Amino acid sequence: MTVTSTSAALGTAATREALGPTLIRLREEGLDIAVVDADLGSSTTARLFAAAYPDRFFTVGVAEQNMIGIAAGLAAAGKIAVASTFAVFMPGRCFDQIRLSVAQPHLNVKLVASHGGITVGEDGVSAHAIEDLSLICSLPGFGVIVPADVVEAAQAIETAVRSQGPFYVRCTRSKVPTIYDDTYRFAFGKAHLMRPGKDVTVIALGVMVKAALDAAAQLEQEGIDCRVLNMATVRPLDREAIIAAARETGAIVTAEEHLAHCGMGAMVSQVVAASHPVPMGFVGVQDRYAESGRWDELLEKYGLTAEGIAREVRSVLKRKKSGL
Amino acid sequence: MIAAATIEDIEATAKRVRRHIVRMIAAAGSGHPGGSLSAVEILCALYFRVLRHDPAQPLWPDRDRFILSKGHAAPALYAVLAESGYLPVEELLTLRKLGSRLQGHTFAYFPPGANTLSTCIQSIPGVEACAGSLAQGLSFAIGQALAARLDGRDYRAYCLLGDGELDEGQVWEAAMSAAHHRVDNLVAVVDRNRLQNDGFVDDIMRTDPLDAKWRSFGWNVGEVEGHNVRELIAAFEAAKAVKGKPSVIIAHTVKGKGVSFMENNPEFHGRAPNKKETERALAELGGE
Ligand SMILES: Cc1ncc(C[n+]2csc(CCOP(=O)(O)OP(=O)(O)O)c2C)c(N)n1
Repeated sequence: MTVTSTSAALGTAATREALGPTLIRLREEGLDIAVVDADLGSSTTARLFAAAYPDRFFTVGVAEQNMIGIAAGLAAAGKIAVASTFAVFMPGRCFDQIRLSVAQPHLNVKLVASHGGITVGEDGVSAHAIEDLSLICSLPGFGVIVPADVVEAAQAIETAVRSQGPFYVRCTRSKVPTIYDDTYRFAFGKAHLMRPGKDVTVIALGVMVKAALDAAAQLEQEGIDCRVLNMATVRPLDREAIIAAARETGAIVTAEEHLAHCGMGAMVSQVVAASHPVPMGFVGVQDRYAESGRWDELLEKYGLTAEGIAREVRSVLKRKKSGL
Repeated sequence: MIAAATIEDIEATAKRVRRHIVRMIAAAGSGHPGGSLSAVEILCALYFRVLRHDPAQPLWPDRDRFILSKGHAAPALYAVLAESGYLPVEELLTLRKLGSRLQGHTFAYFPPGANTLSTCIQSIPGVEACAGSLAQGLSFAIGQALAARLDGRDYRAYCLLGDGELDEGQVWEAAMSAAHHRVDNLVAVVDRNRLQNDGFVDDIMRTDPLDAKWRSFGWNVGEVEGHNVRELIAAFEAAKAVKGKPSVIIAHTVKGKGVSFMENNPEFHGRAPNKKETERALAELGGE
């Protein structure tokens, strides 16, 4: 993925890098955090917390179902429980436990998943998490956040920890360009307007936000005025921003590192269909599994790039013009 | 606080609880009598002698926690909670009905106003956890026991498991982790009635030798006749003295206990008695 001049100055970082340091900072403030881990704490960076607060860190070994249950019990007894592992195992491996033990009693459990999407490229399809948003978003009452960079990730995790109820925050393994600086303030449930525009809106999340900005810059050369929204909060969706985008730009393209038929785009389309129908396009993995390969190669192959978004925008704008 | 009852009182309460269970399930027209009846003395020993709890303050932070992992035995828990004073006994007959607080499987209690986001379900004070999908209770109880340790509180967590439920891997994940973390304020009880949904445990998925399994996972193991209140109480008291490891009590019970035609009868795992069967059952249980 190319890095544009605007953000290159800020460098790159994996969003998972925010987990350990944020938890330590919040514990230093006195928040009653307890962390449960399933043998991936060095990868998720949860292990940093273990080093600082060993009595508040519980490893369960490779046992995600048990991890969720213990986190639920801790939360039921008043702790802010944080459980983390790779996105492919959470909610995938322990969906039933999350549903019954966390979502139904609406407990104060924060699931922080790292290695979301196809970020673990070379490990192959068993390690890719492209169904996780669909699974977790199916559970009533869950807050779901996919931060676009490490700055937003730190704030998203902090928001989740400080808020009541169950949350899912999805992070990346790979380093991604940092697009926000310290002045940024993440607002849960609010889309962040990255770029104004009148012709079409690209609604993106995670790594696709940067791709959307790049696509918008490209499309500008073609005379297309592209609005870009970072929809970091997948649940609850910012309905107002979506409806405004539909009304004011008349066309919407969503972009996510997830299966296209059941992720953020599908949920946005529900809002659009019910409120202000306009032509839509969906950038994401199209009803298939990806294979082993470098992350950037996979993004390229499956069209999860600035070029892929630009293509979708052109196609949607054609439909907008012809009134289809 | 519930005052400790005499053995005779507890046995008398157990009889009433059995009658409640039969009436509740009959009124609902569905439910799980077998595994509810097998757990009666275990629950009565806990609620009327062992647990530190107070129906007037169901969310008291220092209360002992009881998690019914085999959530289909909800009628037994509801009946014991009613006998303890958490809800009116008459309310038991609303089990499973629309608008009732008595959900088909246990649903965690929240004070009014909490948990409005994800559910509109009402439950009754005293119910600690959601259950029904089997084998999640022990992990949950471990979390509560660990929280007690972090908070420097001396409450204990108890978890009742079915022996069919032990087929699930999560139980053994939990067993391993409780021993690893030396969770000694935790007691698991296995309702060893040797029946599960489709038949006898020995035919569906053999779990013997059960005591050796738990011991090899690092647990202190007690074994009792699960309808003997005196033995149960002694085992729970003994577990309190065990330090550095969790305890499990294997309680040998009879599924459907107290109703001759339900005893050891797989049919009554998940079927309500009809009118005639209900009358017969209540007569056997010394019903009014
Ligand atoms: C995860 C899960 N699988 C299957 C079921 C369906 N089910 C309900 S009770 C039961 C048998 C349980 O047997 P046991 O734990 O021995 O309970 P008991 O005999 O004491 O009633 C089954 C398979 C379930 N509730 N949860």
